[in-house]
Amino acid sequence: MLGLVFITLGPLLASLYLSFTDYDLLSSPNWIGFENYRRMFTEDPRFLKSLAVTFTYVFVSVPLQLALALALALVLNKGIQGLALYRSAFYLPSLIGGSVAVAILWRQIFGGEGLVNELLATFGLEGMPGWISNPQTALGTLIILNVWTFGSPMIIFLAGLRQIPAELYEQGSIDGVGMFGRLRFITLPMLSPIIFFNLVLQVIGSFQAFTPAFVVSGGTGGPVDSTLFYTLYLYERGFINFEMGYASALGAVLLVIIGVLTALNFYASKRWVHYND
Amino acid sequence: MTSLLTAPTTAARLSFKHAGLILFGLLMLYPLLWMLKSSFIPESKIFDDFGLIPGELTLENYVKGWNSGEGIGFTGYFLNTFLIVAGSLIGNLLSCSLAAYAFARLNFKLKTAFFALMLAGIMLPYHVVAIPQYILFSSTGLVGTTFLPLIIPKILAVDAFFVFLMVQFLRGIPRELDEAASIDGAGPFRTFWAVILPLMKPALITTTIFTFIWTWNDFFSPLIYLTVPESYTVSLGLNSLVDSQTSSGLGPLFAMSVITLVPVFLFFLFAQKHIVQGIATTGSKG
Repeated sequence: MLGLVFITLGPLLASLYLSFTDYDLLSSPNWIGFENYRRMFTEDPRFLKSLAVTFTYVFVSVPLQLALALALALVLNKGIQGLALYRSAFYLPSLIGGSVAVAILWRQIFGGEGLVNELLATFGLEGMPGWISNPQTALGTLIILNVWTFGSPMIIFLAGLRQIPAELYEQGSIDGVGMFGRLRFITLPMLSPIIFFNLVLQVIGSFQAFTPAFVVSGGTGGPVDSTLFYTLYLYERGFINFEMGYASALGAVLLVIIGVLTALNFYASKRWVHYND
Repeated sequence: MTSLLTAPTTAARLSFKHAGLILFGLLMLYPLLWMLKSSFIPESKIFDDFGLIPGELTLENYVKGWNSGEGIGFTGYFLNTFLIVAGSLIGNLLSCSLAAYAFARLNFKLKTAFFALMLAGIMLPYHVVAIPQYILFSSTGLVGTTFLPLIIPKILAVDAFFVFLMVQFLRGIPRELDEAASIDGAGPFRTFWAVILPLMKPALITTTIFTFIWTWNDFFSPLIYLTVPESYTVSLGLNSLVDSQTSSGLGPLFAMSVITLVPVFLFFLFAQKHIVQGIATTGSKG
């Protein structure tokens, strides 16, 4: 039973080894040293493009998503009536946000003859190009989709807000602290470990997004690679072209990026996260 | 005195807040409701108005969509998906709870190292592991039609997230219970089966819910492992419908999208309390 844990380490080492080889599944892996990595950074503009697309996606959508989640958690926190109903309504998109069905819906909302353009047409703005077929806006529609799934961080914020002792607020109001003062000096510092937790979780999760970009772009990452997520590119190299060595190298880089981002997050957290011990 | 003066304004502010929340909720759910409505009206009328109240109702889209999939159609896709979900559920529940029991209660060599490795596994992107896994399964000839590449990893307790969840839960169960069982002559397996497993019910429920939803929504692994339409899951079937959208039409596409969301939605409705608790305590992405 314990050997099973090797199932994690084994593939990881195998993947590391393969990243130094040229392997197409048919002939045996051929050791080529750092060649894959060299090609990636010097001869592969699509690799750099997919990095740029994914970083933009993560760094724009995650802060927006978390800000929205926090704002709604603050509004819902004050013992509001019908909390359970609001919470469910806001959470539902998180549950299905990664599904093919929702990606299909997104195609129809932002398509050339989609919901948004039909709505604009009723205001006299006829003949707008499709938002998903325009390289300038295609990534934006996927960012909106990720922001739309703010429900699960919101629930984590709500749970965190409940842990803040009421005495702190009582003390604050005795000292004459206003609403923004309470937010700035009590709520945010007390909630900072949770904000940090959500940040790490969403950055890691968003970096691995795949389904929405795949379905919305029809598997291509288009138009003109504007939605070429990193995972989509890895899929194309590994499972369409069967360049397993190159895809493994892409995987290793993804692992390093996620590791570095998580470490940076932890490092930065020392400056702004307050643990209440 | 002050409370009397501020009372009406507080009430006004509160209803203002409710109005804002309801408006925002409607805006968020509008796309979903619009898709639901559009799936029940004749295709030619989808863009006639943007309201949510359908005029003429029809099931035509559902009938057409259900029969339009490649190969075995949606009856087959649903059966396939249920099979994979069932296999994943059994695999995850048994293997993760056994692994968690070993971590929380038994002593073995390199336990700390294994535990650290498992934690690292939570952070590990699936796409990185997928390549060697794929090579392994394709060398054994399992890629293409069988569901085994999707189920075997679950039987091997690969979902470290659930193992971690259960270890955390087991730490809250007093050790005296196991000790009492071992005094009564029960071995580790018997203790696990008769004492620990029944006590772990809440953690098992959380695992069931998330395994179901994640497996149901999963797209990447079926995409690489199931290449024949006869073995498609609902996600793959739905995606193949997009490619043939020009021939099958928007109405049936919406109808099938709605139908694939129904099981997740039902789960959400009945297990809401557990889902909310599960996310609040584990921070899962849902």
